[in-house]
Amino acid sequence: MKHRSYLALEGIGVSFPTPKGPFTALRDVDLSIEKGEFVALIGHSGCGKSTLLNIVAGLTRPSRGVIFLDGDVIDRPGPDRAVIFQDHSLLPWLTVEENVRLAVDKVMAGKPRAERRDWVMHNLDLVQMGHAAAKRPGELSGGMKQRVGIARAIAMSPRVLLMDEPFGALDALTRASLQDAVMAIQARLNNTVIMITHDVDEAVLLADRVVMMTNGPEATIGEDLRIDLPRPRSRIEAADMPAYAHARHEVLHFLHQRFSNPVDKAA
Amino acid sequence: MPPSIRLISSLDNPIDELPQVVEIVPDPQPVAATPPAKRRFTLAPLIARLRDTALAILPTLIMVGALLMVWEIACSGEGATLPSPSRVWVESHDVIMHPLKGVELDGFGIKIQDGGDVGIAGHIITSLKRVAVGFGLSAIFGIALGILIGQSKFAYRALDPLFQILRTVPPLAWLPISLAIFQQAQPSAIFLIFITAIWPVILNTAAGVQNIPATYRNVGRVLSLNPFEYFVKIMLPATVPHMFTGLRIGVGMSWLAIVAAEMVQGGTGIGFFIWDSYNSSLLTDTIVALVWIGLVGFCLDRIVGWIGRRIARQA
Repeated sequence: MKHRSYLALEGIGVSFPTPKGPFTALRDVDLSIEKGEFVALIGHSGCGKSTLLNIVAGLTRPSRGVIFLDGDVIDRPGPDRAVIFQDHSLLPWLTVEENVRLAVDKVMAGKPRAERRDWVMHNLDLVQMGHAAAKRPGELSGGMKQRVGIARAIAMSPRVLLMDEPFGALDALTRASLQDAVMAIQARLNNTVIMITHDVDEAVLLADRVVMMTNGPEATIGEDLRIDLPRPRSRIEAADMPAYAHARHEVLHFLHQRFSNPVDKAA
Repeated sequence: MPPSIRLISSLDNPIDELPQVVEIVPDPQPVAATPPAKRRFTLAPLIARLRDTALAILPTLIMVGALLMVWEIACSGEGATLPSPSRVWVESHDVIMHPLKGVELDGFGIKIQDGGDVGIAGHIITSLKRVAVGFGLSAIFGIALGILIGQSKFAYRALDPLFQILRTVPPLAWLPISLAIFQQAQPSAIFLIFITAIWPVILNTAAGVQNIPATYRNVGRVLSLNPFEYFVKIMLPATVPHMFTGLRIGVGMSWLAIVAAEMVQGGTGIGFFIWDSYNSSLLTDTIVALVWIGLVGFCLDRIVGWIGRRIARQA
């Protein structure tokens, strides 16, 4: 019998009907991810990365193909696949603590109240946001909001953590501090993660594998690069390592030479 | 030399062992607030607030004064058809100074003398009771229908055109139908308020539901909230601001409708008071009633707006 990975995307294709005939956004996407692997998905805008992530989340249904998670077929959204959205999507009428508790109450429905409360605070402390538990999202900076978004997602103890350009809207320094936070959490929890990013350095620094996508339409996986950097990684030390430079070169080469931005090509 | 390759598995990295090298650099944290100094009671902030309030309402007061003066001058000549403010003051002195005539506090309830001589506040209270019932009904049904057509595309297509047509019918036009259905003054007045106030509530609530950001919906889907949880935890709080916009317009329109309804029927209420004073050629009383109606309508609007802000903050 064929071995199937923890998370397996098999023959995923997405097409929409348009007045000019069917439009194929994704075709023949096969991706196997082992438990505890951190995979970065990189590609130009419009290559269907987000669509692929939404398919794993169950928010979008593929036209073709199947996804298996630990042997189960995925066909709907669920708290076992927590999503960290780019715009953090915290509910503004709830406090930080209530936002996380909304998720915790759902996944730990049977547990006593005190235990759920402690779990909420534990996860807020993990992202160093325990001090802001009583605040509302409107009172927090962008970076802090995204920390709470991360806390909400990891508090669900998901089987897969999905990050949709989680730091895309943040300034470079805040982004670096959040990347470090994600690395520290990952070292501790060893989640299975898919992260979409536009940022080559972010992909190489955080991921065990960088999966590069070709340009749409009919986008698919172009290359799958393993990043052999020891962990724990530090951005300062990694920058001096030949393996880091090599990986970075590979990704840049893919993005800007083999599959350069379709807009530039048109110009 | 290539860097060594190390596989990290959950086994050789126990959860409680945080690698020492990895450091979480926190976002700049807000400086802890210094504990508030012992409060000494001073009048200074109070005086400053009073001054700010005075400065804010001063232009309004000046404007009102100027308008009253222009009105006084314009209507003080012989044969002026509209009574001047000073004539209103003299001729309707009794109405202005004794608004609570015939109104008694009965425990917690307010009792208004049946028939006969009732002060203007008594009429206003009667009207407010009718508005409370009619507007309350239109809030309940309006929010429910608004959520229905906001949520279901089919219901929207089926009902929205009807609502768009019906909402343009003026309150008075409903009166004959209302009287024919209910046969009695009180329920038909309430129906009139209900049917006037419900449209903005429906349409604004529906717009609120339709405009719930996709990310909030996605949060609900990822958490697998059931329809009831989604309704309580996401849809209602996200829609509250729109809902209260509708309720605010609705309460204003119900106040417009009550006067129309009571002018034609009833024997109590502020609308009746106006109709009665017109029939008795007491134009100055009508003017006093207009001022009361305006002030009460203003207060209703502010109260609903205030409740909306309170709920939006808490929800």
